[in-house]
Amino acid sequence: MSAGSPSTAAGFEQELTRPWRERAWRQTRGAAPIFAILLSLLVWIAIRNPNFTDPPVFLAFLKRAAPLMILAAGQLFVIISGEFDLSVGALITAVVVAAAGLTEGDPGRTWWVIALLFGLGAVVGLLNGLITTRLRVPSFITTLGMLLVLQGAVLFWSGGAPRGSLPENFRIFGRFGFESVPVIEQLPYSVIILAFVGIVAILLLHRTTFGKQLFAAGGNRRAATLSGVDVPLVRTIGFVLSATSAVIAGILVGGFAGISQDAGAGYEFQAISAVVLGGAALGGGSGAMVAAMAGALSLEALFTLLNLLGLPKPSRDAVQGLIIIGAVAFAAYRLRRT
Amino acid sequence: MNATTAAPNRAGRNWRGLDSDTALIYGVLSLVALVSWGLILANGGQINVANTLVRSVALGMVAVGQTLVILGGSLDLSVAYQVSVTAVMASYVMQGNPDRMILGVVVVTTIGLAIGLANGLIITVLGVNPFIATLGMALVLRGVLNSSFDNFAGAVPEQFQVLGYGAIGPVPLAVLLFAAVVAIAWILLRATRFGHHLYAIGGSEETARLSGVRSGRVVIGAHMLCSLTCVMTGLFIVSRLRAGAPWVGPDGNYDLESIAAVVLGGTALIGGRGGVLGTVAGVLILALLDNLFNQLEVNTFLKDVLRGVIIITAVAVYALRTRRGRA
Amino acid sequence: MRRPTRDRIRALAAAVALTAGVTAGSVLTAAQDSTPATGPQSEFFVQEDFEEQLRLRDVAPEGPADEPWAQALEPEFVDTSEYAKEGPYKICFSNAGVNNPWRVVGWTTMQAEADLHPEIAELVHIDAEGSDEKQIADIQDLLGQDCSLLIVSPNTTAALTPAVEQACAELPVIVFDRGVNTDCPVTFIKPIGGYAFGADAAEFLVDNVPATGNILALRILPGVDVLETRWSAAKAIFDESNINVVGVEFTEGDVANTKSIVTDYINRFGSIDGVWMDAGATSVGAIEAFEDLGLEVPPITGEDQQDFLRKWKDDGLTAVAPTYPTYQWRTPIIAALDILQGREVPKEWTLPQPLITNENLDQYLQENMPPLHYALCGCENMPDFPARWGGEGS
Repeated sequence: MSAGSPSTAAGFEQELTRPWRERAWRQTRGAAPIFAILLSLLVWIAIRNPNFTDPPVFLAFLKRAAPLMILAAGQLFVIISGEFDLSVGALITAVVVAAAGLTEGDPGRTWWVIALLFGLGAVVGLLNGLITTRLRVPSFITTLGMLLVLQGAVLFWSGGAPRGSLPENFRIFGRFGFESVPVIEQLPYSVIILAFVGIVAILLLHRTTFGKQLFAAGGNRRAATLSGVDVPLVRTIGFVLSATSAVIAGILVGGFAGISQDAGAGYEFQAISAVVLGGAALGGGSGAMVAAMAGALSLEALFTLLNLLGLPKPSRDAVQGLIIIGAVAFAAYRLRRT
Repeated sequence: MNATTAAPNRAGRNWRGLDSDTALIYGVLSLVALVSWGLILANGGQINVANTLVRSVALGMVAVGQTLVILGGSLDLSVAYQVSVTAVMASYVMQGNPDRMILGVVVVTTIGLAIGLANGLIITVLGVNPFIATLGMALVLRGVLNSSFDNFAGAVPEQFQVLGYGAIGPVPLAVLLFAAVVAIAWILLRATRFGHHLYAIGGSEETARLSGVRSGRVVIGAHMLCSLTCVMTGLFIVSRLRAGAPWVGPDGNYDLESIAAVVLGGTALIGGRGGVLGTVAGVLILALLDNLFNQLEVNTFLKDVLRGVIIITAVAVYALRTRRGRA
Repeated sequence: MRRPTRDRIRALAAAVALTAGVTAGSVLTAAQDSTPATGPQSEFFVQEDFEEQLRLRDVAPEGPADEPWAQALEPEFVDTSEYAKEGPYKICFSNAGVNNPWRVVGWTTMQAEADLHPEIAELVHIDAEGSDEKQIADIQDLLGQDCSLLIVSPNTTAALTPAVEQACAELPVIVFDRGVNTDCPVTFIKPIGGYAFGADAAEFLVDNVPATGNILALRILPGVDVLETRWSAAKAIFDESNINVVGVEFTEGDVANTKSIVTDYINRFGSIDGVWMDAGATSVGAIEAFEDLGLEVPPITGEDQQDFLRKWKDDGLTAVAPTYPTYQWRTPIIAALDILQGREVPKEWTLPQPLITNENLDQYLQENMPPLHYALCGCENMPDFPARWGGEGS
């Protein structure tokens, strides 16, 4: 199941001494198909809509994909460690509704509210992690319960429908960008945030001891523990990272679209699908950051393409379902051959 | 209750924890029942046990199917749309004509088995993780349903509604059907080779395979049985609603709620431990809690919070007991 | 030799799954190309109902002038003396759900109305959480609770009919919002309806968009009767005009989705000259799609949600907002007391359905109310307004 992941304590020691580039490559190699899929989707879109290759149009596409890509980056940490995070969609909704209710449209409150939202994310991630690792509740159930709690709590707090409004200086992150940039016209802030999150996530996963320990924890728990990895701690950090990514995604979604009580609906399954499309194995131990984010971008490209092809919404669902199954089946097949 | 423990033991599982878990869950069930009925009586209302049971039938049958796949270490996230497929196709085929009832049942059963077979094959032969396989299947079914039907399609004949509204004496027919499904699943798990193998695979697929269990076939069988319970639920719902529409399954939230009921009933999500009796208690607890929340007029949004906390707490308690049991 | 064969089978199956996806896609695209832009008429469309609703828009309501929730259009009264009984009353309410802001505002308003009447000892509320199956069981539960009268807001028309019939046999029933396929309830309360809503919005676009302009129609979901009627009325009107409907898309009520769809259409067609919406929840998202591309916002339709009205006012948009008034949630309580006290009520209680235009916009814009508050709650003079509805100040 876990190509490129150490399966014994000795293997893990060996893994630690391997140069990081080689390790990152080994972890990314298994995901090569996703880049082929992404490329063909982008080419197909460009054929159907020639101005897709204009820098502004393409950046607008990236801007739209940014929340899902960031979410996929966070989800990957959890999935590599062998867990699930189903609470991210509800957390996005909670972020948007809470931001509107707490700022009440007052730009002066934006910064402390954002700080508070990151605090909320940290608490949610910590709870997910502690309940899963200390109370030994399977993460599927922990985060499903957290989904219900967040969804109910935020609507209970706001009286059933969102209150307040989002100030302009909160919304700029998801909505606007640097203007009058040569060639690309506008450089959306969300694309800059995406690049930043992407780089941090890649370094964190593929270049730090934490990253190595995460792979070890998901690949072979016993071996990891024997080599001195604090598996519960590493997994908990994974959940905190996932929740943090959901807060960032929530700020971008709220910025892009404004207040909605369904802001995060469906994101949890999309994020997991993206990560899996990017070649990560559910169950842990393998995956690559660039590939997971490429998986998210491919999903977004797929939605855009199906839109361009003029497919009615219902058949888009069916095609999406078939493609996800097909891609994962193909990856499983490749894995078995090597 | 003695017989219940024999089977998992033979499959080499630690069964002591299970038996006391089942006792515990029935204890909790009795407590919830006492509190909610006490409150109803205190408010001058009538206790309607039959209606509470009927409320549990739809979720209950799906949850029994879900128990089977979970015991085998798998999962089915496509159950809600499978229920819709059955409800829609049954009313579409029957078109209110009593002569077409049998045809309708045959058609939906065939479709159901085919979906279960497809789920099972994708998981075992193609090696796709069950979470992704059945999530993908849910998307496919949703797409096909919504592009083919956008409203209640056809109707079931009045005779067919006996299933949803009929009763033998004081006992609703649907409850008898549910009891039969539970009994069959229980016997399957406790007294057949299929059941023993299912526990073995859920415990450790590798070990099961090494000891000669053809794990692929067993998992495929579990998925087909799960789909059959979705067919039964779909037929029950369509008999209640007179016609089926694409949204009846997802509106009932059968996918995540059935999983919640299963784990609430003490079956381990990783498979190999638990059983249908626990699931029945899990389903009844959810129904009684609904009843209790209604009596107390708990705020709708607070209900979700409470449900989330209850599910997590229940599973944490089982996990704690399992660890204590081992120590 | 077994393994390689199995592997090949797996690869083949994976390939088949992928190709099946792609082929299904192309087949469906082909089918799509042959139908007109607005697609076939909805199965829900009934020509007589459509015409009747268009006519009712011009009928003057009967009843107290400043209380549209107590007015009725062309009422045909029925005697209710058989239901008269002594108070205090226990009124029971089976609610389809409070799963969107429209229903939240409505339910708050209904509770406030019940609080106005000391004769109502108790208002029992059961929330079906959007499930037909649950609502049927809820109604059966309520039948055992000694209610004086039952109010039902059905989740779907067809599915709830048998349960409502069963309830009618035991106590007086009031149905509102969506209907049921039986005339056993004492009264059925509703605004004029979805055809009038959809037509109001479509006529506005036909009048305000240049003759060959591109119109984008945005819908929430297919298959929901109250929404299908809105779209089918608009379709009937668009088809008779020269207007060019370039697309009909489903947003699933998601604002981000809406914004993306509108942006895609602007990129694809160069310009979009009008946007028709079947509900107002995502109108602001559509407006922002134009703003963010630096384009002028074309004529657009919405609903009486505050965020849309505020945007309309602030940016001086060319807009119109048909309404599906939340004040209809007051009426069932009023009707319940009429029935329990033996006063006659309209068999079909049709409420007026105002249209918000540039002329009367200021009357409905309420600065202190939350963005998703519906202006036509008819709740401004009730106790605890605006706090109870989430507003600030007094």
